[in-house]
Amino acid sequence: MPTLEHPEYPEATLLHLESIMPCRESQMSTLLSIFGERQQYSFPSIFIYGHTSSGKTYVLQTLLKTLKLPHVFVNCVECSTSRLLLEKILSQLQSLSSKTKHASHTSCDTLNQFVYLFKQETMAEELQNETIYIVLDKAEQLREMEANVLPAFLRLQELADRNVTVILVTEIVWELFRPSTGCFEPLTLYFPDYSIGHLQKILSHDHPPEYSADFYAAYINILLGVFYTVCRDLKELRHLAALNFSKYCEPVVKGEANERDTRRLWKNIESHLKKAMQTVYLRELSSSQWERLQQDEGEPGQVKGLSAHTHVELPYYSKFLLIAAYLASYNPSRTDKRFFLKHHGKMKKTFLNKHEKTSNHLLGPKPFPLDRLLAILYSIVDKRVVPTGNIFSQISSLVTLQLLTLVGHDDQLDGPRYKCTVSLDFIRAIARTVNFDIIKYLYDFL
Amino acid sequence: MRVKSILLSAREGSDWTVPGVGWEGFRFFAPPPSGVRTRPLGGRGREWTVPLREGGGALRDEKKLPPSPNAHALAPPPFPSFPYGLRALAGGSRYCVHVRREGWANMSTCSVSKGCFVFKPKSKKRRIASTADYFNDSKNDSEDSGLRFATCESLWKQIKSETEQIQEELNKQLYDNIIRFLRRSHSEFQEKKTEWTCRMKSSEIPTAALVLGVNVTDHDLTFKRLSEVLQDNVTPYVVSLQAKECPGIRHLLQKLMGQLMDCYVEDDQSEEEDYVTVSKKRIRCSLDSLTDWYECVTKKTDSETPSKKRTSSSRWESPPIVVIFKDMESFTTKVLQDFIVISSQHIHELPLVLIFGIATSPMIIHRLLPHSVSSLLCIELFQCLSCKEHLATVIDKLLLTSKFPFKLSEKVLQVLINIFLYHDFSVQNFIKGFQLSVVEHFYSQPLSVLCCQLPKAKKRVNSFSHEQCERIRSLPSFRRYVESQVSEKQIALLTEDNFVKEVTQILLEDLHIYHENYFPVLKCLHIFTSSLPKYPLGKQIRELHCACLEKRVWETEEYESALQLVRMLCKADLVAMLQKCVKIFMSFPGKEFGNTVEKLKEFLAQFQNLEAEASKVQDEPMSSQKELQKKTDLYHLQKTLLQLKDSRSKKLTKFEMLRFEVVDFIDSLVRNYLAPAEMQTLHEVVYFSAASTLCEHLNAAPRTALHTALNKPYFYLKNQALKSDAGCFSNKAPDICIAYKLHLECGRLINLVDWLEAFSTVVTAVKGTDADSVASDEVDEIIHARFIRAVSELQLLGFIKPSKRKTDHVARLTWGGC
Repeated sequence: MPTLEHPEYPEATLLHLESIMPCRESQMSTLLSIFGERQQYSFPSIFIYGHTSSGKTYVLQTLLKTLKLPHVFVNCVECSTSRLLLEKILSQLQSLSSKTKHASHTSCDTLNQFVYLFKQETMAEELQNETIYIVLDKAEQLREMEANVLPAFLRLQELADRNVTVILVTEIVWELFRPSTGCFEPLTLYFPDYSIGHLQKILSHDHPPEYSADFYAAYINILLGVFYTVCRDLKELRHLAALNFSKYCEPVVKGEANERDTRRLWKNIESHLKKAMQTVYLRELSSSQWERLQQDEGEPGQVKGLSAHTHVELPYYSKFLLIAAYLASYNPSRTDKRFFLKHHGKMKKTFLNKHEKTSNHLLGPKPFPLDRLLAILYSIVDKRVVPTGNIFSQISSLVTLQLLTLVGHDDQLDGPRYKCTVSLDFIRAIARTVNFDIIKYLYDFL
Repeated sequence: MRVKSILLSAREGSDWTVPGVGWEGFRFFAPPPSGVRTRPLGGRGREWTVPLREGGGALRDEKKLPPSPNAHALAPPPFPSFPYGLRALAGGSRYCVHVRREGWANMSTCSVSKGCFVFKPKSKKRRIASTADYFNDSKNDSEDSGLRFATCESLWKQIKSETEQIQEELNKQLYDNIIRFLRRSHSEFQEKKTEWTCRMKSSEIPTAALVLGVNVTDHDLTFKRLSEVLQDNVTPYVVSLQAKECPGIRHLLQKLMGQLMDCYVEDDQSEEEDYVTVSKKRIRCSLDSLTDWYECVTKKTDSETPSKKRTSSSRWESPPIVVIFKDMESFTTKVLQDFIVISSQHIHELPLVLIFGIATSPMIIHRLLPHSVSSLLCIELFQCLSCKEHLATVIDKLLLTSKFPFKLSEKVLQVLINIFLYHDFSVQNFIKGFQLSVVEHFYSQPLSVLCCQLPKAKKRVNSFSHEQCERIRSLPSFRRYVESQVSEKQIALLTEDNFVKEVTQILLEDLHIYHENYFPVLKCLHIFTSSLPKYPLGKQIRELHCACLEKRVWETEEYESALQLVRMLCKADLVAMLQKCVKIFMSFPGKEFGNTVEKLKEFLAQFQNLEAEASKVQDEPMSSQKELQKKTDLYHLQKTLLQLKDSRSKKLTKFEMLRFEVVDFIDSLVRNYLAPAEMQTLHEVVYFSAASTLCEHLNAAPRTALHTALNKPYFYLKNQALKSDAGCFSNKAPDICIAYKLHLECGRLINLVDWLEAFSTVVTAVKGTDADSVASDEVDEIIHARFIRAVSELQLLGFIKPSKRKTDHVARLTWGGC
């Protein structure tokens, strides 16, 4: 393992950095060598990518803060327009350059203006002979802004003629960014995923003060054994570790086992963790509910998860409307005659010879016009349905409930087309409540 | 020609969005006939302003103005869709008609529909007719219309407050739970950062998923009340967001901040004004500025003494900001995700709490949010009372009680319940329907003046005039009563007003007593029938109520089978039911049921005794069984078994005897007290039975109305010339009707030339001699123009559209023909 070396910074600082950011030494040293010394010009733009929670933001933030480099840190999710982004950068710059003066608000609409204002802001003494770092987190948002934003940031050093480095942080690769017209290629830097060993090391790093590090490391080992297959997100694992730790300690607290009795502790916790994987991890139960369950020693079965409540109660005609919509979405319209006409005649061979074709359920719902929906409705309801306003209002209610979706224009009056978005299981449950055998009417199941 | 116009637009609300309907129902207006000024609106090709002619509409205030004859002269034959179109819109309570008064200059609409908008010039003063005027203006007006109106008002006021109270009680637990949740999650927010677990846990946004059911129309009230409750108890910062206001994250933040700043102003008025105006100017819609604002606000209140009127929320140093998403389903995934991601970054400075209003099922959260986002939330589920239970409570408190004098007949109740069950599940709409029946009853029934509390009604009878007595005499139920009397009394009833008044008072009292007895017995019967297998008399009490109102319930087959089943109940069930019945009868204050309660208690005591005796009874079968075991001979065994069987069928046990007695007693109660209301004399006074009127108002059928108007114009226009058989064509009918009838005979595609020829044949048919003289293949220019206009009217109404397949054809949009 290469330890960090840099002529600019004292060794103690570097050691400290290494200790708070384990398993990211090589990335750090690369970054440090790119940054160079404080007054040196660095590479104009750096592109950092890697999977969720691989320490990109954390490493950058800690590095810039600990080494007291002048920097601006912006999360692009918060900036829905380029204007917000630019103003945010400027206002942070202002607070950098003049800590005493209350930042007055500057409005900045275009990049041209931004470059000009940026030049002005960086005139200040303390900023002039140091590299300024602009970190744009979640940089994929930049692609949705005006076409000139991303290329301009990439060569801001050149445009503003200042010692500045723009760092883009994102989870996707550079290829997905590159505009078709071409642009300045940034220096790309990849943060690989943490391996299981890394996770173990990092997670055991901050153990609770009342327990020894070994004890906690054993716990993390068990935790990773259960969760590593489904979740490698460090943040999530930390969260789960914190949630379930009290349960793990329980035998120790009660005095039934000592800290070294790993087998016993494992027995106690393993089923519990598996249960957690099915509930808390999927957010079926909230973490606070989970904690309360632990305290009350209750069975997790008592509190039902979110998915347990799938039943939706609908008015009578809404049910039939939904069924009709489902049929219209998944049956080809040429088969309507066969399903809904009394004397449809003999089924043709070609009609049934469809095995080589793809199932409609695999292709997804198809749009259908309102007429067809109503025609099917009239034929599947036993009673006579009067087309009152109430029926039509139910269609729009179903659209607001997102059980149907309107395809195409919103204000289309001539022939609105809909799609049915519910699943087969859902519609079968609905059909069962009105004694309608929907499978008999579905082309795919003939 | 005086020009009036009104803006009609379909409201696009979440409860009643138009798309489906727009096509069918809202395209009422044809491009206006020549002679009427039109102008297209703001670039939208299909909007016209159509000045309304006097006397042509079915709108209320329209009626009062004197018709100006030259208006008719100026305008071509009236196009039929107009008057009833308005009526269809105004009639159904769920069609929202915005009547906006605006000048010609200011003619923007916010509607997206391509409907036709009618604007009213600003200058005209317009009196809005109140309901009271209606009562006074009615044709059957009598001296008591004012009194009737007052009675109606006061009754409705009572009912309304009752419904509100019901609502309150039903939702109380839900609100309490939510408040508890807020407290808990907020305390976590305040005490964090010290403990190890709190440091390690990722800070999630507390979220309440509130499942409210599909009756979207009722949600508004629930949310309104919820935010009031929260504002009173927890925090002044409650924001409600609707999906249609937030198409993008920017709008959402704008809305959020706008509402927050406003509620801040409301909270401590005067002195903060300047701060708010400043901040409003420089609001950047980002959570940064929101965080700044929050810090500022909380700091301010901290420094000030809490002696301010800030109520219970003063206990909370940093009150949470509650954001309610009213209709979770309609929000776009992106907006929600972005908002959650952004706010999770600020959760340490900004104690946000989210409330998701969910209409379908909580699964929608997983459908809308990916795991990476939902892992930022700490979701807890809250379930609202189901709308069916809500309805049951409302019916129980409003209808199944003698508290209110007004009653619904079986048919009306059925109409309201059907709308609820078949169409909308909306309790609010049910109550609206109930309100409509109250108003309609008092409006249409002159004797409804007696529909009030008994002492008051008696007083009113005393001051009746001769006409009113005549009205009583003409009531069918009263006539039936008269016929059943002896002849001298009959004469007296028919001639002496005073005697009628006396008798009426007695009859009113009888009616009152009937109601007082009816409901306890109904509830008692319900206890027996609600637990039977297959529910022969219905599971819900409302079904039983309807059955009893409809006819003599004891004559129906269902009642017979229900009693059969009751005769087979086991002892434990029977005792439990009897105890419940006793409780019900005790809870009703009427002295009538003293004996009944006694009798029921006696039954209960007898059942108790049976238990005591049971030990003795048990001996017998035991001994016989012992005998059985002794006999090994097959013949003897058979014999004894037969004997045993005989003795069993012959002799009823004491329990069975008692059970029969109980059933007979219940039966006698039913026969005595559950007679249908229609058999009661003077039932017309308190029962509203015009189900068809109600149906017409609540179940508007725009499509049918449109068809009727075009097919039988006489129905709406009332012009004698149009009165003819439905089958044949009359050339006096408006052009659009002729064109419509002709198009009904065509298939999917209509050839315009053929259509025109048929049209001109019909139009010129009766002129006969003239038609011959005109060159037959040349169509008159005027007729041609009329045809074109009729066709374009049909197009606007949504019956046809130009076809791309054949140039000289149009496509039908409705079926038939094929």
